[in-house]
Amino acid sequence: MAMQFYASPEQIMRDRSELARKGIARGRSAVVLSYSGGVLFVAENLSSALHKVSEIYDRIGFAAVGRYNEFENLRRAGVRMADLNGLSYDRRDVTGRALANAFAQTLGAIFTEQSKPFEVEICVAEVGPTPADDELYRLTYDGSVNDEPGRMAMGGQAEAITGVLKSNHRPDMSLAEAVKVAVQALSTVGGEGGAARTIAANQLEVAVLDRQRVGRTFRRITGAALTALLDGESAPPTSDRPDTPSVPTGEAGKPTSSAGSADLEDRPGQPDS
Amino acid sequence: MLPGRRPLPPGMAADLAPHATTIVAIAAADGVVMAGDRRATMGNLIAQRDIEKVHPADAYSLVGIAGTAGIGIELMRLFQVELEHYEKIEGAMLSLDGKANRLASMIRGNLGAAMQGLAVVPLFAGFDLAAADPSKAGRIFSFDVTGGPYEETGYDAIGSGSLFAKSALKKRFRAGLSVADATRLAVEALYDAADDDTATGGPDLTRRIYPVVMTATAEGTYRLTDAETATIAEGVVAGRMENPGG
Repeated sequence: MAMQFYASPEQIMRDRSELARKGIARGRSAVVLSYSGGVLFVAENLSSALHKVSEIYDRIGFAAVGRYNEFENLRRAGVRMADLNGLSYDRRDVTGRALANAFAQTLGAIFTEQSKPFEVEICVAEVGPTPADDELYRLTYDGSVNDEPGRMAMGGQAEAITGVLKSNHRPDMSLAEAVKVAVQALSTVGGEGGAARTIAANQLEVAVLDRQRVGRTFRRITGAALTALLDGESAPPTSDRPDTPSVPTGEAGKPTSSAGSADLEDRPGQPDS
Repeated sequence: MLPGRRPLPPGMAADLAPHATTIVAIAAADGVVMAGDRRATMGNLIAQRDIEKVHPADAYSLVGIAGTAGIGIELMRLFQVELEHYEKIEGAMLSLDGKANRLASMIRGNLGAAMQGLAVVPLFAGFDLAAADPSKAGRIFSFDVTGGPYEETGYDAIGSGSLFAKSALKKRFRAGLSVADATRLAVEALYDAADDDTATGGPDLTRRIYPVVMTATAEGTYRLTDAETATIAEGVVAGRMENPGG
């Protein structure tokens, strides 16, 4: 029989925290910040199939760093919870705060009960009517929740990135400015000899929760639209849309978003046939 | 979660809930048009004169519901959530055929209630993003109480006035219609249905209640504004002043 050594609870927690912190710091970073038109997610991601940033509900987005399979589990649970609550009650009753709480419970339980904690850090963001109303929640591996002031960075050398974000970010920025600030912050770390790197468009995953949209506000910015935004050559891709789109709006080209859900739900309880 | 999975007390329940409707769908050159009248009936009474029976199922498809109102609305909400849920979980939309199959199995789940008179039969239409030929991207699927789906060619109608709407469409439909022409044709067909079926409501000019008309094209789904449907409906009514048979 193998010898059982005593380890104090403090030691066990310290070891788990260290494991999680190291795992998260090894990965690439993600930045979330609010700007005048909504909430912007920018993540360094070499894969175009495995997403670090995704949609949870109408006005709620999700960004994560760390182990893909672990945060993907959490994301699926979050989507399921949001969709179920929205179906049972109303779409307006799905909130970022409730989701952040549920994620915190799960992460906290896994941290204390499992032998290995989740090596993930998560952001749940909800876009509000104005940048001041945006909610950004940071969830860490041990289940703690922090309400962030309009911007946050996670994964990799998050502290250095947060420093750059803090000095450059303003909540009234345009989308183009916000993308510029986010990419600039991401590229300050990891360069040779402390110099800034250049991050190509195909290494970035960019998405927004669009404040002006009705219903599902999450929108990915990919391909030519992203390149144009990074080069700062043209207006943001929202320019071809009316400020208050008719409901529901369709996405030109690839279907990355779906029907304006306010229209689907605007008259609950009415007999229909 | 469907009421069909819960046991119902025995006996016919058809007169318990608002019922009936007419929905028409027409495939056009660049998409599909679906329109529904605004009437719900309970026996010989009008239960509601401004209900909305045509809704977007997701960004590229439409669903119109005929039958028992309460079950229909629950089925439609569940269908919308299922499509959105799949899209968010998998990161890609279901194919149009996949959506139709899913709807078919949901209707099949309601068979028990349907046999007691609480049937729901939707009409499903959408723009098929995977279609090789863009002129054939607008597709229509019909169902029966046991499921389906059955793909229709060109046009289809469901509900109590569907017989008359389909007869009208049979004579007026041409392949390759523009979306604008198909929209007008759909409102004409609903007028013909209302002409001969008491459970179908015609354009209500005094209360300004007009059919709900939606389109699904490469740009996504679009619901015609009240002003747009008013113009079309008033045009149809004016035409019928000259020639009641259309």
